[in-house]
Amino acid sequence: MRGRSRTAAWAGLVVVVAVAVPQSAWWDMNHTVFAQAVVSGLLIGGVYSLVAMGLSLVFGVLDIINFAHGALMTIAIYASYLLFQNYGLDPYLSLFITIPLMFIIGVGIQRFAINPVMDAPVHNQLLLTLGIAIIIENLALVLFTGTPRSIELAYARNEFDLGVVTLDFPLRLFGAVVSLPKLIAFLVALLLAGALYLLIQRTQLGAAIRASAQEPEGAELVGIDVDRIYMITFGVGAACVGAAGSLVLPFLFVSPTAGATFTIIAFVVVVLGGMGSIPGALVGGLVIGLTQELTQLFVPGSTKFLGVFVVFLAVLLFRPEGILGRVRR
Amino acid sequence: MIRLRQLVAASSKDLQILLAVVAILALVPLGVSRFTLSVATAALIFALAGIGWNVLSGFAGQFSFGHAAYFGLGAYTVAVTFTRYSISPWVGLVLGGLVAAIFGLLAGWISFRFGLKGAYFALATFAFAELLRLTFNNFDYVGASIGITIPLAGGDSWSSLQFEDTPEIRYFVALALVALGILAVIAVKRSRIGSRMLAVREDEEAAASLGINPLRAKLFAISISGFITAVAGGYYAMFLMFVDSDLVFGPFISVAILLRPIVGGVGTIWGPVVGAAVLSILGEVTRSLVRDPPSILQAIEGVNGLDQVIFGVILVVVIIRAPDGVLGWFRRFRKRDGV
Amino acid sequence: MSTILEVKGATKRFGGLTALRDISLDVVEGEILGVIGPNGAGKTTLFNLISGAIPPDEGQVVFDGERIDQLAPYVIADRGLVRTFQIVKPFGGLTVFENVLVAAFLRRSDPIEASAHASSILEYVGLAAFADRQSKGLTLAGRKRLELARTLATDPKVLLLDEVLAGLTPTEGAEMVTLVKAIRDGGVTVVVIEHVMAAIMALSDRIAVIHHGELLAVGLPTDIAKDPKVVEAYLGKEFHIAPD
Repeated sequence: MRGRSRTAAWAGLVVVVAVAVPQSAWWDMNHTVFAQAVVSGLLIGGVYSLVAMGLSLVFGVLDIINFAHGALMTIAIYASYLLFQNYGLDPYLSLFITIPLMFIIGVGIQRFAINPVMDAPVHNQLLLTLGIAIIIENLALVLFTGTPRSIELAYARNEFDLGVVTLDFPLRLFGAVVSLPKLIAFLVALLLAGALYLLIQRTQLGAAIRASAQEPEGAELVGIDVDRIYMITFGVGAACVGAAGSLVLPFLFVSPTAGATFTIIAFVVVVLGGMGSIPGALVGGLVIGLTQELTQLFVPGSTKFLGVFVVFLAVLLFRPEGILGRVRR
Repeated sequence: MIRLRQLVAASSKDLQILLAVVAILALVPLGVSRFTLSVATAALIFALAGIGWNVLSGFAGQFSFGHAAYFGLGAYTVAVTFTRYSISPWVGLVLGGLVAAIFGLLAGWISFRFGLKGAYFALATFAFAELLRLTFNNFDYVGASIGITIPLAGGDSWSSLQFEDTPEIRYFVALALVALGILAVIAVKRSRIGSRMLAVREDEEAAASLGINPLRAKLFAISISGFITAVAGGYYAMFLMFVDSDLVFGPFISVAILLRPIVGGVGTIWGPVVGAAVLSILGEVTRSLVRDPPSILQAIEGVNGLDQVIFGVILVVVIIRAPDGVLGWFRRFRKRDGV
Repeated sequence: MSTILEVKGATKRFGGLTALRDISLDVVEGEILGVIGPNGAGKTTLFNLISGAIPPDEGQVVFDGERIDQLAPYVIADRGLVRTFQIVKPFGGLTVFENVLVAAFLRRSDPIEASAHASSILEYVGLAAFADRQSKGLTLAGRKRLELARTLATDPKVLLLDEVLAGLTPTEGAEMVTLVKAIRDGGVTVVVIEHVMAAIMALSDRIAVIHHGELLAVGLPTDIAKDPKVVEAYLGKEFHIAPD
């Protein structure tokens, strides 16, 4: 089946499932669990999208697969944690610090470590970013030890009167439980994703970035300082993942390897959505979040990443350019 | 005809170097502590794993970020066959190698058949290793998340490959395995299939135009590579007396395996061994500094993870400044050409 | 005087562009066939088709009595039809000797035999002195010679040479022509794509002219030079071929 008719077939299948399932006995028994899985999956998927967008951007512009992406998130998580512990700064407010901080760190890393290997063979670039990841994670281990820590937001279980409606957290939605931190993470992630999209598509800087991605030599010729764009882009990518770090602090354990899981997930999302595609990263993030939660539902006893890796391999094999990506091997 | 004599001379030179290196390394057990000897043994095990990795990633040019898959398969095969079926670990080593070779053929066929190269292939190898890790973590037959503990028979035993009383023998067996690995690599490099792997690494299209089937060359490479690394993993199982999914299939192992050849020199015969030597010395220096630091560095006493930081720094520095590793640096120094 | 290679009605399209249109060509065993035509005429596409890099949309390629147009390039090379590339592709990380050794292994599995063969090939093409040099350090002429040596080491029956003279100085070019002639005299059928007019006219036994993906004319060099269609399409209305 070619293109259009194949899409139609898939759409038809989804509709059939969406209509038939709620009628079934299975649904009566399990729909709360199912709803929980879907809701949780989407909420965490939003954060995955944000993380993956940074990675996808870096790949699209610098052509580098950044294994240190999750490690950057670890830096942000610890930074937010310290700000909270020592200064009582709310993680959502510390966004205003972590975002610029991670931007600067990202620029620094690109300038001093990544730039020298921009023309080296791919495997060297991978190894370099891997080395950076090892350094960052183990520095965290050295400085903070491996003991997992967590924080508790005082207002996570509060009631919020918005005039029109009163929200009593944790919310109940279709039988699923929605916690405040996860909801905020989801919403802010989408917001930042939108902001990133606007930055890339509607600003002059974004135009320069897109030009440098497609045609670095041409961009140089029209006066764009491509080296500077590379630094800025990497910084933006780091800022994305830095924001994600602050957002997940309220509901994640803080440890040196906290970001590492996100590296792997980000890769899967980026490959799924298409390397270099920001909308692809958004869609991919939500899909992977759903896959993660639904796998646990349908394959009890497995770790949630089993389904994720199966998807990963399937995409690599059957459609490595991803859903929305450019064909690039 | 002149070249012919040179070729034979060249490989006998390799053999001479092998003999010399083995002779030097055989002296290590003299006058070192039991602890240092076990560190040296571990270094040899990872050198062997790296030798295996080098066949696929160095000679055939297909970089693997998931060689823990083969290491772990070797480790688990030995552990399972020994504890459940009382099969001698010697046999277990070979069995593990075969299991890994078959897995490599499967995973490789899937990957190469679909045209995966470069970064995508690397990611796929990582995914395969993770899949194995997650699967073995859930499988009761192999101990699930508890792992498999290999019982101590007590004393020495050649048949069960345990040398509690004489760790020197454990070291020498590891050294012998490394020597065998090097011999295998020397043989491969001189052979038709080795030549073809190199060609495929350099330029697949040109290789095909000379009658080489790239898929076949890569599959050969991955199975030989997996076999050797699995033997290392199997020996590691007997060394640790314990296997666990996160331990043997984890990304940490994949990194440890590739780090040695990278530091020593990818695609060279001796790279993995040189790299293992450099890293184990550095590792030991760091560890002893952390255990018992001089007064200036008092703060780092007992700190966890410092050796890893240093490894990371080494990796970064090597990639930026000396991507051909220690041996590559020496070669440039002496301005010789040809490997 | 048998036909060793036949292209029968080959057509190749790339999207909306028809690169080759119904090309039929016979190559006689032991000859040097020159293929000429303006840039973009489809010459390299023809080579890619014959060597198996791309399949024809219509038509067939028959080599040594067997159809090869659906086979993979390495299978075709194994059968004795090898090619060089317009932009040379040496195995850069290997030495000159190692480059030829790879090819020598096609027909010989023993390393010693293969080495001996590689050595003799290097002597034959005049690269013996460079055997231990890194191949990426060679001059362009050296690399073209190396590419030729590699193909020879496979003991080919038919050799497709894609612009083997491009970028060479006249002296280097003349040496290459001598070498190609010697190769043919050794029993290899050669098909040459070339732009350097004087060289290809002198070198070839017959010439095929391709223009806009179609075969314009095939024949002896002197006849081709006089053919008004050819003169107009490729050489320009007032061009005259100087006698050899």
